[in-house]
Amino acid sequence: MMAFDSLAAFIAMEGHGPYVWTCYGVFFLFVGGLMAWSIRQRRDVMRSQLRELERDSTARAGREAQPAASFTRINPS
Amino acid sequence: MWQFFHKLGSPKWFYGIATRLMPWLLVGGIALLLAGVVWGLAFAPKDYLQGNSYRIIFIHVPTAFLAQSIYIMMAVAAVVTLVWRMKLADLFVRSVAPVGAVLTFLALFTGAVWGKPTWGTWWIWDARLTSMLILLFLYFGVIALAAAIADEKSSARAVAVLVLVGVVNIPIIKYSVEWWNTLHQPATFKLTERPTMPAEMWVPLLLAVLGLYLIFGWLACLRMQTGILVREKRTRWVQELVRTGGH
Repeated sequence: MMAFDSLAAFIAMEGHGPYVWTCYGVFFLFVGGLMAWSIRQRRDVMRSQLRELERDSTARAGREAQPAASFTRINPS
Repeated sequence: MWQFFHKLGSPKWFYGIATRLMPWLLVGGIALLLAGVVWGLAFAPKDYLQGNSYRIIFIHVPTAFLAQSIYIMMAVAAVVTLVWRMKLADLFVRSVAPVGAVLTFLALFTGAVWGKPTWGTWWIWDARLTSMLILLFLYFGVIALAAAIADEKSSARAVAVLVLVGVVNIPIIKYSVEWWNTLHQPATFKLTERPTMPAEMWVPLLLAVLGLYLIFGWLACLRMQTGILVREKRTRWVQELVRTGGH
């Protein structure tokens, strides 16, 4: 059983509508935003690491093509 | 038991488990939360004293509950970090602190908006509200400290100590409504008694709490995965994962 007679009554909530709907709006905005932001972060990390790997493998291929060149590779940590 | 504990410490194992769990957490969480919220908004009876403004409870209690519960989980993880030096425990603390901060903010915000028609004021410096505000600042402190120290080991230790110092605030929040005079009403759910609300009110509330819990679980898995990718980027399995696009 619905607690309200009409859609208008549901929205108005006997004068408490603005308070209730503000809360629900902000809640879904923030929780949804948090979820979207977290998905994006993982995707961005994946993408930048993929780019890094591709750059590394091109660099390695370039070095192997010139066996005469020899130098010590420094691994920055 | 010990084998499980060791496995739990392995980022690769955790990443795989998280990937398998996440769809269930997400779907279950959204379904339960929406069921609780729709039931609470449209079908639960009106409160005889507060009228319809009480419908804010169906998001206020879940956010406030999670805000404290996340901090307690962070404290447990902090002990694990200090005693067993488990890196995943430290990663958990860092990954969920922003989630805790957002949920604490939402608990304060929905509480303030609920307070206006019910108590006649947005804010009052009483024990429950002030201790929740301190919780928000503790989350900010953890986030800032976690980002401030570059060395992984000292950062992990410093963050864990701060989390443990702040845990003293949790019982203060919990018992503030009993120790001091406050406008805030006492807890809705108690472990030892049946809720004083009718079932048409507390069942949707329970659904919303469980739903938000599952969504938190999903967020924790996702955010820890991101942290693992960053920390373990030199390992072969992460590079393999990145090349195959995460599958």
